[in-house]
Amino acid sequence: MSTTTTDTSPPREQFTGQVGFILSAIGSAVGLGNIWRFPGVAYENGGGAFLVPYVIALLTAGIPILFLDYALGHRFRGGPPTVFRRVKKWLETLGWFQVMICFVIAIYYAAIIGWALSFFVYSFTLKWGDDTAGFFTGDYLQLSDVANGGAWFTLDFVPAVLIPLLLVWVATIVVLVGGVAKGIEKANVIFLPLLVVAFSVLVVRAIFLDGATDGLNALFTPDWGALGDMNVWIAAYGQIFFSLSVAFGIMITYSSYRKRRANLTSPGLVVAFSNSGFEMLAGIGVFAALGFLAHEQGVAVADLEGITGPILSFVTFPAVVSQMPAGPLFGALFFGSLAMAGFTSLISILQVVAAGFQEKFGLTRRQAVLWIGGVAAVLSVVGFSTTTGLIALDTIDNWSNNIGIVASAVLMCVFLVWLLRTSPELRYHLNAVSTVQVGRWWYVCVGAIVPAVLAYMLVSRIVDLVQNGYEGYDETYLLYVGWGTLVVLVVGAVLLTLPRWRRSPDDFVAWPAYPPVTATTTTKGAAR
Amino acid sequence: MNADAILLMVLSLAVVWGGLLVSILVLRARPERADFPPGGDDDRREDDAITERDT
Repeated sequence: MSTTTTDTSPPREQFTGQVGFILSAIGSAVGLGNIWRFPGVAYENGGGAFLVPYVIALLTAGIPILFLDYALGHRFRGGPPTVFRRVKKWLETLGWFQVMICFVIAIYYAAIIGWALSFFVYSFTLKWGDDTAGFFTGDYLQLSDVANGGAWFTLDFVPAVLIPLLLVWVATIVVLVGGVAKGIEKANVIFLPLLVVAFSVLVVRAIFLDGATDGLNALFTPDWGALGDMNVWIAAYGQIFFSLSVAFGIMITYSSYRKRRANLTSPGLVVAFSNSGFEMLAGIGVFAALGFLAHEQGVAVADLEGITGPILSFVTFPAVVSQMPAGPLFGALFFGSLAMAGFTSLISILQVVAAGFQEKFGLTRRQAVLWIGGVAAVLSVVGFSTTTGLIALDTIDNWSNNIGIVASAVLMCVFLVWLLRTSPELRYHLNAVSTVQVGRWWYVCVGAIVPAVLAYMLVSRIVDLVQNGYEGYDETYLLYVGWGTLVVLVVGAVLLTLPRWRRSPDDFVAWPAYPPVTATTTTKGAAR
Repeated sequence: MNADAILLMVLSLAVVWGGLLVSILVLRARPERADFPPGGDDDRREDDAITERDT
């Protein structure tokens, strides 16, 4: 069958098939947040009762917005700027806003993977000793003592942080230069199974430690009263939303590398449930380990501090490892898992930026990756391998995630569903290529539930930051680095919209035609 | 572990891992559609085509 096409866009790369796409999408979704964010959030928001809002959030927000991303990328075939421009010309800026978010996140996310690599090596000798907090912020990061007059920004590089960070960037660039099939997909095919095996070994070992059941009791004993607390529901929606890597371009970009005649919804369900399944595994592993630590220290699990975020991973976990039988082995498994989970997410984040520049400025893949990767690596090293890296990371992370990504999601839903009324076309696209059909409920989720919950989260977070600041940091610092991040995202998005496209993305015909042509459908065999 | 915690742990795993199992089975039963709207030939490939290994 011959077809004519008016598509003059450059040829597009592809994943080799469904398995490659699913593994890459899971690799992107499963990141640091699954390991260090979910267990603490679940524990603090009702324990076992958190399951109820969590599953409801997964079904009414996580999966619907994942489908929205898939439909956009797959139908309009490009990175976020191309996709949103093809939806409506002026929406290109939203695409660049998502690209800017990815760029900013990539530069600090790499630093955390660098830390994990350092701690992977330190595991073999338990180098952190007894004072793990002092080791992390003092000996390792050599953190500037800002509380006692230390500088808020320095260029004092810390070699132990700098060297692994450079390694992370070299590895990232090498993978991305390899392309979608031979780089990204291959990295995920290797690292994702390795991550699951390594982490499973760790979890199984953890649940047989003394005191592990105390930890699991703490995590799973339900506090049903929490279900009446709106903040618990917001926390559940927030966890699902951040954990799935949706609404900032990654899943748009990845799904654009699927062939046109490709199933979207069933693989999407596998990705979403795998992400939650891994989180559940992490919850059990982390709390079993925390139960053991509490047991060794003779305290209750509730009295432990540092049960989420970088402090869980780089202060609390080293303390667990030091006291475990065969500690060095399990330390290596933990930090190796952390590095692998982070790395497969980092490559997906940077691919969004590379794809955006490649398409708009007519660059080859190699040019885009080397330029973007090079600039990102330099900024990453200057910002995060110094004695003030942790403070910058903490601040930029808070603004780019809690404000940047959430705003991106709200804008995306409001523009697409309410203003441009694109949702029937996108639902038609999903159903035309997929085996599992999406019902009208999807409109309610992406048009009402997601934007309402996320807009509430966004507004309350902004009010809180304006009124109370963040982590007690200096106000001027937060103004420049925190709110400044937001300014960079917006200004960057506007500036990148302005230049002319090297190849116009506009002479593009979306397939399948919408409104649908009612005539005949072709079978797969006849089309080939 | 107390009974409530065990119940909730089992329930959580059943819902989430059960959901994963069901979605994998659904995908395996029907990996791709047999019928598509007309058209939809793939874009030209930039990379060297690799053998497709679809499920």
